[in-house]
Amino acid sequence: MGKIEIVKGGEFIVKETEAKDIFIPEEFDEEQRMIAQTCQDFLDTEVMPLLDRIDNQEEGLIRELLNKAGELGLLGISLPEKYDGFGQSFVTSMLVCEILGAGYSFAVAHSCHTGIGSLPISFYGTEEQKQKYLPKLASGEWVGAYCLTEPGAGSDANAGKSKAVLSDDSKFYILNGQKMWITNSGFADVFTVFAKIDNDRVLSAFIVERDFPGLTFNPEEKKMGIKGSSTRQIFFNDCKVPVENLLGGRGKGYRIALNTLHMGRIKMGGNVLGAAKLTINQSVNYANERRQFGTFISNFGAIKYKLAEQVIKTFITESAVYRASRNIDEAVEKNLEEGAEEKPLIVAFDQLAIEAAILKVFASEALDYIVDEAVQIYGGMGYSAEMPVDRSYRDSRINRIFEGTNEINRLLLVDTLLKRGAKGEFDLYGEAEKVVKNLVDLPEELEKLSDYYGKKKQYIKHFKKVALFLIHIASEKFERQLVYEQEILNNIADIIMHIYIAESTLLRIEKLESMKGEENIKIYRDILDVFVYDASGIINKCGLDAIHSFADRQDKDLLLKGIKYYTEVEGVNVKEARRRIADKLIEDNRYNF
Amino acid sequence: MKVIVCLGNVPDTTTKIKFVDDNKAFDTIGVQWIINPWDELALTRAMELKEDSRNTVDTVTVITVGLKEVEPTIRKALAIGADDAIRIDADPKDAYCVAFQLAEVLKKEDFGIVFSGIESSDYNSAAVGGMLAEFLDLPSVSAVSSLQMDESAVNLTRDIDGGREVISIQTPFVAIVQKGIAIEPRIPAMRGIMMARKKPLNVVEPAEQEVLTGFSSFELPKSKPPCKMINPENLKELVDLLQNEANVL
Repeated sequence: MGKIEIVKGGEFIVKETEAKDIFIPEEFDEEQRMIAQTCQDFLDTEVMPLLDRIDNQEEGLIRELLNKAGELGLLGISLPEKYDGFGQSFVTSMLVCEILGAGYSFAVAHSCHTGIGSLPISFYGTEEQKQKYLPKLASGEWVGAYCLTEPGAGSDANAGKSKAVLSDDSKFYILNGQKMWITNSGFADVFTVFAKIDNDRVLSAFIVERDFPGLTFNPEEKKMGIKGSSTRQIFFNDCKVPVENLLGGRGKGYRIALNTLHMGRIKMGGNVLGAAKLTINQSVNYANERRQFGTFISNFGAIKYKLAEQVIKTFITESAVYRASRNIDEAVEKNLEEGAEEKPLIVAFDQLAIEAAILKVFASEALDYIVDEAVQIYGGMGYSAEMPVDRSYRDSRINRIFEGTNEINRLLLVDTLLKRGAKGEFDLYGEAEKVVKNLVDLPEELEKLSDYYGKKKQYIKHFKKVALFLIHIASEKFERQLVYEQEILNNIADIIMHIYIAESTLLRIEKLESMKGEENIKIYRDILDVFVYDASGIINKCGLDAIHSFADRQDKDLLLKGIKYYTEVEGVNVKEARRRIADKLIEDNRYNF
Repeated sequence: MKVIVCLGNVPDTTTKIKFVDDNKAFDTIGVQWIINPWDELALTRAMELKEDSRNTVDTVTVITVGLKEVEPTIRKALAIGADDAIRIDADPKDAYCVAFQLAEVLKKEDFGIVFSGIESSDYNSAAVGGMLAEFLDLPSVSAVSSLQMDESAVNLTRDIDGGREVISIQTPFVAIVQKGIAIEPRIPAMRGIMMARKKPLNVVEPAEQEVLTGFSSFELPKSKPPCKMINPENLKELVDLLQNEANVL
């Protein structure tokens, strides 16, 4: 790995990546596959038979399951070996997230505990804090939770009113405030709680144990989905927190919160994959059993379309999830070599913040599509709460909301990109300016390439030019006011997302072909064909929406011409391509891509 | 005392079976391989015997006949807890071949009990255990569903028609086990997975052997006709179908 150039987060928009430099899930080694199988066996034998009881919030059940997962070592995957964890790579931790992600409410409890519940202490804790808490969190003896959101501070996390003041004897912080939507709160033992010390403008973080005096809990929230996960409000009334439980130093809370969320976002990409594959299996199993008009409904083109789209969305998301995950591992290695001041993994999450936001938004919206079409494939039965897709449908919806709403993440990804460009981390504005200048000299027709991957790469390069010239002219037009043009930022965000996902898919399939040969990967070319074709349409529409919304009359025609030129792709017989993808799924009767 | 567990490497039980080469060979493309379920239960029981301090079992060795591709299956057994493994580097052609090769290696080993699953979930010939005991010139007990050790002997329970039979036996012997020998297979824990790569996996050359059988052809069972739903009011139609179409009444 030493020779690989470290990916700068967001740089993909101006830089080409080679297939050999990305990691693809087909490269998991034997040990990673064994870990995945352990997760699958655990899920199949311990969790799936209990889904109804879990959703009824049977007392102690999730806690017991977490303990069993702890016995298997599944709670300490990402924690350092020094504290009884397994110090696994980020890619491996994502694979665990993926497999357990199919576990509905259990998946939420698990990912909360192992992610936002444990990692802030692992990343920012002092040696004493780590020794005290991490081994217990790794074994499942204690369960972790994360308290950021307040009634008046959701997306605007820094607006929290919770307050901490030092006690007269300077031994405690006296914590007062209210936190809500706290996952695992019903049974967690350790909470990372964010509050402002005295009249600070920024947050600090505290490790609060359940037994500290002054904690009270509201009853469980009644939720639309993930009913088995515990979600309560917590009140801190003169809660006495020992001063040694301040996490990461005074005023470091906002940074802890943000970096923890970057991590949570990218991990959601993994969680979603597991849920998506399970939902696809539910869909195709039913379509292969349900007969109407004398045949199985999986024989109908309209159903094949849905099945194929479910597969495509999952496959492309997966391509990007593991590409970015490996980039995290590479950044960690690099940061270690360079002796980064902060913890290498935190720096890596910060570096990949744009990709994390993309994955969060794209994956959660892909899953919502997949579960929605699953209900549709089940038809009338899909509306029955007796069917498995009922739970899949309801449990998916939260993903677009928690870990930063998709709205916040769309804005964040563009904003972060612009800031990095302004800082000169990569030549965003220079490249953008070049694209704008070249608009006047665009040829009448697209250069026709014959090489399959060369052609696809040309399209993606062109898509990037759309993003770049929109960024350039929008920044010039609105300057500092651009942050208020959220609709336009959303257009740009959607374009960037589609570029990253399309490029990741292209590179994965190109690499796969070099491993397996063209004959054996034809179905993947179908996936790429359909998605790049669709992405061109979406990018075209987003570009047009943006330009019609703000471009001045004098350069509008030029810009429209640019959109047309740079989003042109060769036509694809999408009907046949989707049918081939669906037919493989129907034949296998499960997701096996 | 050392306990030996013979492992078969078989396709996952949910595999969609296809044949190639004019129906003469099983199509292994895309197949996920697992420990033969009966052997996996035997391994679980072997681990329980070792973990129970009242017993004298100190080592569990797994052994399999197979080419390099079977090593992930062996390493899973090591991750579950076996102490070491032996792979006999040969393609297991039939039960005779497997039993012969196992015996050639086990003759040189010092052990108390050899576990062999009663059958394998791929070819189901249910022949390896008995043949192996013959080659080793050891007693064997088949269809064992429970195995308990005490100071003087090993007590085995066999399920027989309409009841159970309890046998007391001295080591060494071959236990041919069926379901019930352990409640359920173990899931390898992270620690076990991490340790598996450090445990010895010894590869030994196969003994010379004549292949006595070959596959002539395979045939897939006819696909089941779709399920017919009959309105509960319409008992007559149901009886008619059962009588004349299904021919079961």
